Amino acid sequence: MIEVKNIEKSFGDIKILKGISTVFETGKTNLIIGQSGSGKTVLLKSLLGIYIPESGTISFDGRIYSELDPADKRELRTEIGMVFQGSALFDSMTVAENVGFPLKMFTHDNSKKIRERVDFALKRVDLTEAHNKLPSQISGGMQKRVAIARAIVNNPKYLFCDEPNSGLDPNTAILIDNLIKEITEEYNITTVINTHDMNSVMEIGEKILFLKDGLKAWEGSKEEIFRTDNEAVVEFVYSSNLFKKVREAYLKE
Amino acid sequence: MMIIRYITQIGRYCLMLKEIFNKQTKWSVMKNLIFKEIDDLIIGSLGIVAFISFFVGGVVAIQTALNLTNPLIPKYLIGYATRQSIILEFAPTFISIVMAGKMGSFITSSIGTMRVTEQIDALEVMGVNSLNYLVFPKLMALLLYPFLIGIAMFLGILGGYIASVYGGFGSSLEFVDGIQRDFTPFHIAYAFIKTFIFALLLATIPSFHGYYMKGGALEVGKASTVSFVWTSVTIILMNYILTQLLLT
Repeated sequence: MIEVKNIEKSFGDIKILKGISTVFETGKTNLIIGQSGSGKTVLLKSLLGIYIPESGTISFDGRIYSELDPADKRELRTEIGMVFQGSALFDSMTVAENVGFPLKMFTHDNSKKIRERVDFALKRVDLTEAHNKLPSQISGGMQKRVAIARAIVNNPKYLFCDEPNSGLDPNTAILIDNLIKEITEEYNITTVINTHDMNSVMEIGEKILFLKDGLKAWEGSKEEIFRTDNEAVVEFVYSSNLFKKVREAYLKE
Repeated sequence: MMIIRYITQIGRYCLMLKEIFNKQTKWSVMKNLIFKEIDDLIIGSLGIVAFISFFVGGVVAIQTALNLTNPLIPKYLIGYATRQSIILEFAPTFISIVMAGKMGSFITSSIGTMRVTEQIDALEVMGVNSLNYLVFPKLMALLLYPFLIGIAMFLGILGGYIASVYGGFGSSLEFVDGIQRDFTPFHIAYAFIKTFIFALLLATIPSFHGYYMKGGALEVGKASTVSFVWTSVTIILMNYILTQLLLT
C-alpha cells in the first residue's frame, strides 16, 4: 500500500501539486487520470522519488520515503518496477539483456539463474521469440511487453506505469491493460497507472484518482465513475459520444 | 545574471564529479562497460588520430622546410621543429580539440538521447547511480587516452620524416639528427600531464552536457554543439595554464 499525505510540488513559481492525499491499495490497479497539465506525471514521478515534494509524505507500507536513509531508499527502489511511456528500454542491449538488467545489477544470481528468470518473465508477457533482438527491431507493443517483463523480473512490490497504452493499437492496448491487471493480482502488488486512455479506466480501473489543476478532484472505482455527478469527471471522462452512450446505458440498467 | 548562471553550472559540474564516484556499480557489470567504452572511445578513434597525425606531421615538416630559405640554417632544423611542434602542441592539444568533436559529441549525444528517452530515469528508478553507471566507465576508458596521444606523436614525426626525406627537403640523416638534437625528456612528461588533464575534461564535460540536457532530439543536437564549444574552450584554457605552470 502506498499512502500519499498532502504532497505539494512546485517548479519555480508554478505550483503543480497542491496538497494531494490518497491511498493506492495493494493487489489493485490504481489509476491516475486527468487532463494534460493536471499534475499526473509530477505525482507519479514524486512517488518514484524522481521529484522531491516540498511538503507532505509518501509512505510505502509504512516506510516514509523522505525519512529513509540513502541505503534504505536504495533498497526500496529495488522493490519498484516501472513501465515508462516510451518503454525506456536500453538501446544497446538485447531484449533478454534489458529484462535481465535489474537481476544483474541487484542480485547475486549466476548467469544460468538469470537466464531462467528472464525466460520466465518473457514467457509471462508472451514474448518468447525476441530474446536476441534489439529494441529497435521489435514493434511498439512488443517493446511495452519487454518493459513490463523488465519491471516484474525482480518480483517488485510496487509497479508504476506511465501511459502504458500510448501509441498502441486498440487490441494491443487491451492486451497490455489485461496483462498489467493479471500481474497485479497474481503477484499481489501495488500498481499505479498514469493514463489518458478511457478504455483502460473502464477495463481495469479498480481505483481511480482524478486530478484537476494539481488537486484531487475525485476518487472512486470504475463502477462509481458511471454514477458520479462530479461535473469535472463527467466532462473529462464522457467527452466522447461513445462514452456518453455507454454511461447512459449503464445508468438505465 | 550570466555570471551567476556560469557559476551555477560550474558548481553543478563539481557536484556531478563527486557523484560519479558515489555508490559504485557492481564490478562484474562495470568491467564490461569499461571495455565497451575503450572500444568506442579509444580504439574507435585510432583511425582518425593516425590519419590526422601522419598528414599534419608531414605538413609541419614541409612548411618548416619551405621557410628555411637561408642556406646558413641547417637542415636538421626540419626534424627539430617537427618534433617540438608535434610533441609540445600538436599531439596533446590539437588532437584533443579534434577528439572534443569526435568523442565529445558521441558522449553528449548518447547520454542526451538516454535522457530524452527516459533511459536515465529508468536507471534511477531501479536504484542505479546513473552518473556512476554512465560516466565512470568513460573516465576509466580515457585513462588510456595518453596511449592514443603517444601514437599521434609517433605518427606525426613519421609523417614529417617521410614528407621531408621523400619530398626532397632534406636527408634522412639530417631529419633524424634534428629529432635527437637538444631533446628534453621533460617535454614528454609535460605533454602527457596535459594529455591526462585533457582526458578528464573530454570524459566529463560532454557527459555533463548530455546528462543535464532538457528537451527533445533538437536539444540533443544543440547540447552536442555546446559541449564541443565548452570542451574546446576549457582545453585551450587548461593548455595555457599548464604551460605557464610547467614550462616557465
